[in-house]
Parts: sequence; structure tokens; C-alpha cells
Amino acid sequence: MKLETVLATKPPIVLTIAQDETLGRALALLAEHDIGCLPVVEAPGRLVGMLSERDIVRAAALGAVDLEREVATLMTRDVVQGSPGDDVEALLAQMIAGRFRHLPVVDRGELVGVVTVGDVVKARLDGLRGEVETLQTQVMEEPEA
Amino acid sequence: MTERTGPLRVAVIGAGPSAFYAVQALLDSEDPAVEIDMFDRLPTPFGLVRYGVAPDHLRVKSVTRVFAAIARHPRVRFFGGVEYGTHIALEDLKRHYHQILFATGATSHWTLGVPGEDLKNVHAARDFVAWYNGHPDFRSRSFALTQPRVAVIGMGNVALDVARMLCLTPAELAATDMPEHARSALATSGVEEVFVLGRRGPAQAAFTPPELRELAKLDGADLILRPEEIELDDVSRAALDAGDDRAAKRNVALLEGLAEAAPAGKARRLHLRFLASVGAFSANEHDAVRSLSLSRNRIAAKATGTVFAEATGEIEDLPAGLVFRAVGYRGEPLPGLPFDERWGVLPNDRGRVLDPSDGHRCEGIYAAGWIKRGPSGVIGTNKPDARETAGSMLEDARSGLALDPSAPDSEEVAATLRSQRPRYFTFDDWLVIDELERARGEAAGRPRLKFTSVEEMDAARR
Repeated sequence: MKLETVLATKPPIVLTIAQDETLGRALALLAEHDIGCLPVVEAPGRLVGMLSERDIVRAAALGAVDLEREVATLMTRDVVQGSPGDDVEALLAQMIAGRFRHLPVVDRGELVGVVTVGDVVKARLDGLRGEVETLQTQVMEEPEA
Repeated sequence: MTERTGPLRVAVIGAGPSAFYAVQALLDSEDPAVEIDMFDRLPTPFGLVRYGVAPDHLRVKSVTRVFAAIARHPRVRFFGGVEYGTHIALEDLKRHYHQILFATGATSHWTLGVPGEDLKNVHAARDFVAWYNGHPDFRSRSFALTQPRVAVIGMGNVALDVARMLCLTPAELAATDMPEHARSALATSGVEEVFVLGRRGPAQAAFTPPELRELAKLDGADLILRPEEIELDDVSRAALDAGDDRAAKRNVALLEGLAEAAPAGKARRLHLRFLASVGAFSANEHDAVRSLSLSRNRIAAKATGTVFAEATGEIEDLPAGLVFRAVGYRGEPLPGLPFDERWGVLPNDRGRVLDPSDGHRCEGIYAAGWIKRGPSGVIGTNKPDARETAGSMLEDARSGLALDPSAPDSEEVAATLRSQRPRYFTFDDWLVIDELERARGEAAGRPRLKFTSVEEMDAARR
């Protein structure tokens, strides 16, 4: 399965935050949309990093969190990126090994989506359910003509 | 919004697997009770089960019995031969229904984007599949089946279906439900060699093991593999060992075994060729395809672990007078609805169609199946997909999110159709057509003989 197969099942809008916005704004977005991670962009569609709950927790553990702090100072810059044609299996293995749950997908320099471990698990589960459904039907029913 | 009295009225556009699975899930609901009208542009139901599944895969088509039981439900009606946007507009639907579900599938296909692709005798596999399955829109197409050498580009199950159909013997063809025009053309074809071409290696092939096994059991064709293309490179071996893609593991094991078998000298040869990309098509003096320029590849891996094909620089000329591109289906935009060009789907969130410019809901509009998620999976994959959409629809209906139709009445719909499309087909019409097709088949010693034009179907039901 390719990443684009998973992306096609997701809502079309990719939520992002600009790198010069504040942590307070990021927290508001995370809470409002009930998500755990935001792609950080320097211009629309231009990915520069990812801001996850963990980045925020890490900063909080070091002391008081300044809600006015810029997102760029908290985000993880060195993130694994996928492209739409990439194998889901190979990326899932990397996500498990690297212990990260959100994968930004970039196509010709433009951020086109974020795939989570949950998305991949759902896609695989639906695929397996579908195969079982088809096999059951074929076993239960007479061949059609 | 006015309070809805009476059942939730739902229009379903399309009558393929995802449409039927959605209808089944909607019928399971007691609160609200749902009344459903299904519309299909073709007179017959079942979509790709009738016009896409290979004619020798009769067992796969057994799912139509499940769908027929759903169609017979007293709260379901079928209107065949009614095309959305032509015979019934979005505004008509909004006048009669609280919710509208689009399950129109992926009705177009990808192209390769290489020079010579539009030469004569280069076709989308999809057109050939529709033709040999008796799709009314493709009945009058013709394919240069006198050509001895045929290339099929792609390594998925559609590519394998096409290659297999080209290699069936007259006896094997007779056991299928292929309509007469296609059966006779294939039974008398001049095809000698079929080349199925994949860019990547055996571990990355998209076909599934049962389809591969079928190729090795053909009465009239030897399956030919090149050991040097089957032998796994280190990158593919490592990826295969690290992952748990059982289909890929089985494919590789099967291919390794098959590569050792000596050809039995059958009349035709079906070559599975891996690690070969088509760079260009060249023409003969009649502007028809004469050969393919193949670029030989090797397997490499990106940092993300994705295995890709990298050109070695070696070029090969493969003569072929007929070419089918089986590189994937693609959804098409629907009148009056947003469309996601990138993935070829109706932009949606769990089946709720959204306007991608602002993320707002298109109220009352939903999607299921390939137009919702893109062309992936087997028939049964549409069940969880359609159930998800039906769940969103019922949830919305319960919270009062629905269209506010001025004439939510089943008789009004029929009246609208009678004025705009008097020749629509009902499910009872289909049952008559179905019985006649089987009877015609029986008389000819075939499982079924399909009617292949709307006129024939119209005459048959009277």
C-alpha cells in the first residue's frame, strides 16, 4: 500500500501552524481539533518541522512554559518525511522503530498531508476486514453466472 | 430547518459494491428508519462486479446474491439507466431526499505520460476489460487481436486478468460469462506472446497470489519467467524479511518455484517481465504501435525505506503490436460537487463530503467506495468503508443535520423521472434480464450470455 492510498481516506484540509506563531496558539489548535501534532510551516505548504505534544511536554518539564514562545524554538526540525508514492509498510516500520506517530507527507516540496500510526492501522484493519468479507461471501454463496 | 416527519429519504448514486454495502448498513437502522432509492447510469445493477470482475471469476461474482437480497428490501428501489447530471440533477435530488450518497467509483484511469502513448493500438486496460465484460458503452470498440505480440503494462490484478483473457483457449473461454462478441474475437485471436511489464521486482508486485497461480495453470499458455528478474536483490530481500506482507512473501516464493519449471511447449507464451519501465512507444508507418522502448531497472531504497526502481541505463526494444496500460483507475469529478484532483476523490471526512477550499461540509452529501477513498482493496473492502459513511449519515440524521427537501415523497421521484427519463429500469426489470441472460447461456452451453446494449435490455424486459 502506498501513502497516497491512506491520504485519500483523510479529510482534505491539512492543519498547520506558522513557525513564528506562539505556543499558546499551537495549544489552542491542538485542543480545538483534538490532535497531538502540528506540521510547522514557514510559508503555506513549506514544511520546516513538526510540533508534537512531546515537544511541549519536554519543554514544560524543564521549567515554566512561556505561552508567548515561538513555535520554531520548540518544534522538532529533523523529521522523517514521506512522499505520496512511499510504501506504507516501510514507513510504519520506521515509525515504530523511531517511536514517532505523525508522518508529514510532502509532494514536490509541498506539504500534502499527515499520516498517523492510527491511520495506517485503520487502513490495514479495513483491508483485512475486506478480505475476510470477500472470502466469507465466496465460501457461503454458489458461483454466480 | 423544519422537523423531519416520516422516514429518512436517501438517494444513492451508483449501484456497485460500496453502494449496496452502504444501503445494507442504512437498512439496519431503526431510528431513523431509512428509505432508499438507488440510481445507476447503466440499466443493470452491481457495477464492477458485472463489468470489471474477470469473466472466469464466477465465484467472485457470487456476491451479487447478497446484493440482490438487499435490493429486494421493501424500503429500497432501483432506478437503472438514470445518469446523475444528465437525467437527474443535484437540484432534483435535493428536492426529494434528506441525504445523497455518491458511490460512483473510479471511472477514469491514469496514463503513463510517455511519448507515443496515444498511438493506435495502445489502450487503457480498463476499456478492454469493459469490452470483454459486455459493458454497453464499450460493445462497439475493437482491439487489434490479430497482433501476435501484446504488451500489458502494470503488475496488478487487472494486468493479470487482461493477460489471462488473452491466453484462454476456446474451451476455457466457453466456461466464462464473456459475451459473444468478445468470446469469438478472443477464441480466434492471433495472439502468440503476451508480455506483462512491471517497473519493480517480484517482491513489489501488486497482484495477489491466487491470480498468479492461475497464470501457471492455463491450458494454452506457458508462463515464462526470467530467473535473473526473479532472483531477489538484497534491498527487496531485507524489506520482505523485515515486514509482514504475506501476499508479497507468497508471490516471491511462488515465482521462485515457477521460474524453475520448464515450458511445456503450449501454443502461447505469457511472459512476466520485472524491472522494466516503458520509456516510449514507437510507431509503424500506419501510426500504430510497433514496439516499446524498455528501460531496465534495478531496485534501490530511499531513506524512508520505500523501494523504488532505478534505471540501469540499459535499454531494450520490445516489439508489440497491441498494448494495454493497466496502471490504475482514477476517480472523476461529478457535476456540482467538489473534487480532490490530487487523489481523485470527493474530499471527505469519514464519508461526509467537504469543500476543500474552506473545509466546510457540503450538507447532506456523502461518499462511499472508490470515489471516497480511491481505487484500493477487494470487493469486501467496501463493506467497512460504506459502514463508516452510513454511520456518519445516521449520526447526522439523528442530530438533525440533513437537507430540507420540498417533496420528500417516493411518488414524486418517480414522477420526476417519468418526465425526465421515461425509460428507466427497475430491479424487477433486472430480474427479467438476469433470467433471460442465464437461459440464453444455458441454451449455448455457457454460464450466462449478457445483453450488451441498452436497446437489447429494453427489448428483453418487455
